[in-house]
Parts: sequence; C-alpha cells; structure tokens
Amino acid sequence: MSNKRKESAMIVSQEYIGADIYSMWIQTEEIASLAVPGQFISMYTKDGSKLLPRPISLCEIDRDRKLIRVVYRVTGEGTGTEQFSELIKGDWIDILGPLGNGFPLDKAEGKKAMLIGGGIGVPPMLELAKQLDTEKVLVMGYRDEQFLADEFSICGNFYVATEDGSAGTKGNVMDAIAANDLSADIIYACGPAPMLRAIKQYAEEKNIVCYVSMEERMACGIGACLACVCKSREIDSHSHVHNKRVCKDGPVFLSTEVEI
Amino acid sequence: MNTTVNLAGVELKNPVMTASGTFGSGEEYSEFVDLNRLGAVVTKGVANVPWPGNPTPRIAETYGGMMNAIGLQNPGIDVFCERDIPFLKKFDTKIIVNVCGKSTEEYCEVVERLADEPVDMLEINISCPNVKEGGIAFGQNPKAVEDITREVKKYAKQPVIMKLSPNVTDITETAKAAEAGGADVLSLINTLTGMKIDIHRQTFAIANKTGGLSGPAVKPVAVRMVYQVANAVKVPIIGMGGISTYEDAVEFILAGASAVSVGTANFFNPAATMEIVEGIEKYMERYHFENIQDMTGIVK
Repeated sequence: MSNKRKESAMIVSQEYIGADIYSMWIQTEEIASLAVPGQFISMYTKDGSKLLPRPISLCEIDRDRKLIRVVYRVTGEGTGTEQFSELIKGDWIDILGPLGNGFPLDKAEGKKAMLIGGGIGVPPMLELAKQLDTEKVLVMGYRDEQFLADEFSICGNFYVATEDGSAGTKGNVMDAIAANDLSADIIYACGPAPMLRAIKQYAEEKNIVCYVSMEERMACGIGACLACVCKSREIDSHSHVHNKRVCKDGPVFLSTEVEI
Repeated sequence: MNTTVNLAGVELKNPVMTASGTFGSGEEYSEFVDLNRLGAVVTKGVANVPWPGNPTPRIAETYGGMMNAIGLQNPGIDVFCERDIPFLKKFDTKIIVNVCGKSTEEYCEVVERLADEPVDMLEINISCPNVKEGGIAFGQNPKAVEDITREVKKYAKQPVIMKLSPNVTDITETAKAAEAGGADVLSLINTLTGMKIDIHRQTFAIANKTGGLSGPAVKPVAVRMVYQVANAVKVPIIGMGGISTYEDAVEFILAGASAVSVGTANFFNPAATMEIVEGIEKYMERYHFENIQDMTGIVK
C-alpha cells in the first residue's frame, strides 16, 4: 500500500563541503530502493522545540549500497539544519520518504537536456545528471563559493555562474546561458523563486519544455495539511481551486502549469 | 478493560481521534496509520463551495509549536461527499465531518447536505481565527455561539459538536452558550491566535500576519480550559491542544475530556494517533481503570 516510510536511519558520513553546505550520506535500504531524482525526504530534529520536519532534496541515490545523500545548507545558529550538521557517522536520524514526484526522466529521451541549479537548488540536479542518459548541459549558479563542482564536471558539459564572478560567468545562471550561447530541447531546474521565474519565462519564449522544482514552507510533507501550495493553471485534484501541493503534486511541475 | 466511549449516542471504539485540518480526510495518512484503529477521523473543515485558502507562506514554526493560517482551503461539500466520505467508509472508524462557513446560511447548507450522508457526527468550526470574513464573530461572542448552535441543530440529523475558540476571556461562557443552544458535545481548544515576525526579512512570518498557534506549547492552556469547561457544562468534551503522547491524552481525560484529538503531532509523528491508542490501554492496565469514563474528570 505504502511507498513512503518513516524510519530511524544511520548516518554513514557527514562532511562540510563549503559555503555553509554539508553533505550527509544516510543508510536506508527502503528509501534508496524507491527514490527517484527530484524527490525529497523529511528530516526530523531530536529537539522538541523544533517540531516540524525539514524537507531536504536528495542529492544522490545509491541503490547498490542502500544509501542516500543529502546536501543541505545550515541556515543559521540554533536552527534545525545546524543540529543536523552536528551529527556524525554512526548517529541516527529520523527521516520520512521518499516524498514528492521527482523529475520525469523519460521526457528527455532523445533530446538535449539542460539542467539548471541555483544555490541550494544545485544538489538535486546531481542525481538527475547521473541518471539522465542523454546529451546534457549543466548550468549551476552560486553566490560565491562553488560546491559539488567536481562531481558535476564529470557528468556532462558543465558551466558555472557566480554572483561575485569568482568562477565562470559573473552573474546568474541566465547570464551563463547567454554568455556561452547554450541551448536545449528540455530544461530541468531547481533554485530560488526569482531564478525559476526567469527560467520559466526563457523556456516559454523559446518554446522549450521546462520542469521546475518548487520550494514552499511545509508541515506534514505528505499532502494533508495544505500549507505548501502554489498557484496552478489547472484545477488541483485535492481542493479543485488552482492550488497544487508542492509536497505531493510536486515539487516538480511543468513550468507552464504553475505561477512563480 | 473497555476503551469504548459514548459521545451523544455514538459509540467510538476508543477515545482517540484526529484534529480537524491536520489529517485531511485520512487518505494521505492512511499510508502510516491504520484508520481502523482510530476512534474517529475528524475531517478537515468543509464548506458549501470550494475555498482557495490564504496566500503562502501559510505556516511558521515556533518554539515547541507552530502557527498556521491555511485559510480553510477545501474542495467544498460536493467533492467531499463524492470522494472523501466513500473513502472513509472503507474503514471501521467513525466519521466526524468538520463544517466551516462564512455565514449561518453557509453552515446550515453544509449541515443539511450532510443529513443523509453516512457520517456519524458533525463538528462545527465556529472559532477558526484564520478566515477574516467568518468564524471569529461566532466563536468569540456567547450570544452568537448560542444562535449558530440552535440554527445548525435545526438542520442536523447527526449529533453536533461545537468546537470552541480559546481566544476569549472566559471559555465557560461560550461553552455554556453552546450547551444552551443544544450542542451535543463540545470540542476544545481550537488554535490560539499568534504572530511571528521574521527579523531578517522584517516582515510577518506568515502571509496572513496572524496564525493559529498549536502544538505542545499550547497544551497547558488547553488542559486548563478543558478542566474549566468540564466543571461548567454537562455535555461530553473532546479535548485537544498539543497532544503528542498518551501521557498528554491522559492528562486531558483526567481533566474532564471524554475523548481526545491529536493534531499537530501528526506532522512530526505520522503514527502518533496509534501510539496514543496503545499508550492509553497500557495506562489503564497499570492503574486498573476498567473504562474511560472512570478516568474522565476525576482530578477535581
């Protein structure tokens, strides 16, 4: 009946990879066997003052070794993500997943794909890049310090934008696309709302099929509480009011389907 | 040992139910919870027509709790009757439909529509502080509470639970008003109106500015109010407000609740309701309680 699980899972490794970003590998046979790129997990703190799960996207899925990888940003002092960053190999963490719909890989068959990530929207593009068996160009945008760059560079043609100009094109991912005259038949993107808005506009002007992974504050993570809705063109299946649930109907949507 | 409870003639297999708005109509949580194990499922509020709800962000975490201003997004009574009631009928649990509206007429329209549907009880949300146009006036004024209760009772074929707002000076006044209007059962507490400000963005943490505070942080307030109301009215009480464990549930029962609802805890522990059912049974064994009634309101 169910393909979502809440479990206590063991942390296999935890590493700081720069720019307040941490990389954690977690042992979980079930979630690793079920998950697809673009899905996320809910991660729970052990602190009773921080009730709600933190939704974190999957950066890598290793079915053979029964592992998942999350790459997440510590958002400040005293935050739940800071508590996650203090966990070490052998510690246990409560997680729930896999959640959400994930990127539709089959849509890219025989096409040239562009994968665009910005900020903490970069990590989920890595597993997608690994699984997408087609010609692809990867465009990742960072504020300053890059992360996961080495891992992307072996997955395809890799372009970087940095806001401070320390690497690649100075500016954002759209600047990098223009500067390098990049093109594609299909786009997959994850990042902050302004970036997704620009990509949606770009894709629609050029008539490119575009899938965006959206972000919104969540409570239950499974589609019951209706906290994380986004405006949709079509009537949603739940409430019939043009409010799709990011956690369950998404987080990945066709760009023409949602308002950003 | 007998865990059944009788609420206005409706027998629940145990006193544990879900709190409206935290559990949808059970479909999403049925992946984690065996709905057959619950005393009842209380659905998310349903109105006469679909409601789109509030802009986002709709929630914010607070210390030991959370605030929400979902705005009662719901598909309306037609879709609810076609889809949600048949889903819930597949399970051996009682169905309690939470009803919301912006006017007396809207409440009554939904209640009337449900009269011939196979649902066990109705819970009337007169206290949700999230919908600017409604709710608040009914739930905070004893006269309005009595009037809406009386009107709803005219149309209702199922027992009526009036869900009380804690955002009042003296909750026993609205409780007595609901009882005088003919309420069969009272449920309390709804959320406490709160506010959170994002100091980095220098704006409100949720788009609606205010939201309803729930979760463990509100529990002592809720227990106090259940105790007060239990000593002020004769109708049974469904207690709720921050219940996360069986110990919390037992506190409410000892304070005067005949049954309990689990809300925010579902978000951080999807299996919370089932664990609470099991925990109450163990508690009854340990302290040799034969039935729930023997525990209800014994702390005076």
